[in-house]
Amino acid sequence: MKTAVIVFPGSNCDRDIAVALHDVTGIKPAMVWHGESELPAGLGLIALPGGFSYGDYLRCGAIAARSPVVRAVVEAAERGVPVLGICNGFQVLTETGLLPGALMRNSGLNFVCRDVKLSIDNSQSIFTSGYGQGEEIRIPVAHHDGNYFADAETLDRIEGEGRVAFRYAEEVNGSARNIAGLLNKAGNVLGMMPHPERRIEAAHGGDDGRRMFEGLLEAVA
Amino acid sequence: MKLRIIVTLKNGVLDPQGKAIQHALGGLGFEGVDDVRAGKIFELDVADSTSDAAIDEMCRKLLANTVIENYRIEKQ
Repeated sequence: MKTAVIVFPGSNCDRDIAVALHDVTGIKPAMVWHGESELPAGLGLIALPGGFSYGDYLRCGAIAARSPVVRAVVEAAERGVPVLGICNGFQVLTETGLLPGALMRNSGLNFVCRDVKLSIDNSQSIFTSGYGQGEEIRIPVAHHDGNYFADAETLDRIEGEGRVAFRYAEEVNGSARNIAGLLNKAGNVLGMMPHPERRIEAAHGGDDGRRMFEGLLEAVA
Repeated sequence: MKLRIIVTLKNGVLDPQGKAIQHALGGLGFEGVDDVRAGKIFELDVADSTSDAAIDEMCRKLLANTVIENYRIEKQ
C-alpha cells in the first residue's frame, strides 16, 4: 500500500508516522510538503501528522487547513481515499470541515502527555478492523487542545451514525462524550487525538497502535 | 479602510481560558466577577474598495471558526 505523510512547517510527528507506515506496509511513505498542490497517484492512505503546524497560529490547524496541499487532501478524501489525522492532524481535519466539531483547550488547561485507556466504539471501520468491539487499548496522548466540542444535535447524529471510533475510557481533556477519535460519514476519514504511531513495537511498551495500521492495511489492500 | 473584527466564543461553548482568568481575578482580590469569556480582535487595513461580502467571507473562511465562534465587524 502506497502512503503519503503531509509535512507542514511545525509538524513534529511526521517522522514517527512515516516510520510506522514504512514498518507496517514495507513501502517508504512519500513525504509531501505543505506547498505542494498535487499528491502522488494511487495512495492507500494520506496521513496528517501531529505537531504545531504553522505554530498553531490563529487556531490549532487553522492555517494548515487552508494550505495548498490540504486542498488536494480534501479532494482526495471526497474521492474516497483514506485520510488519517493524528493530534494536530485531527485539528486540521475539523478546520477543513471534513470532520464536524472543533478541538478546544483541554478543560484542565494543562498539556496532557501520558498513556490513556481507549475503548473501541466502532470496530467495523477500515481504521479499526484490527480491534475488537468494545476492546480497551492503551495509546499515548500529547496535546494541549484535545477537548472535542460539537453541539448536542451533532453529537447525537455522529453517535447515531456509529462515527465515534475511539472513546477515552478515563477523563483526559474534557472531550464531549469522551470522544477521542471520529470518522466521517463515508468512513474513509479518521481524526484522533491519541498517537498510535507511538505504540508500534515492544520498545514502545506494546503494539496497540501498530494493530490499527495492520488492520487498515488488511482492510484497504 | 481600517476594520476591527471581534471574534468571541458562542454561548454554550465552554471557555477554560476564560474560567482561568476569572479565577485569577478572584485571586487578586477582585470580587463579583461572575464570568469571563476570552476572545480575539483582529485589526485589518484593507483597500477602500473591499466589499462587505468579501469582508464577511474573510471572517467565515478563516478568522472565525463558526462551529465555535461568532464574529462582529466594525468599520473605523
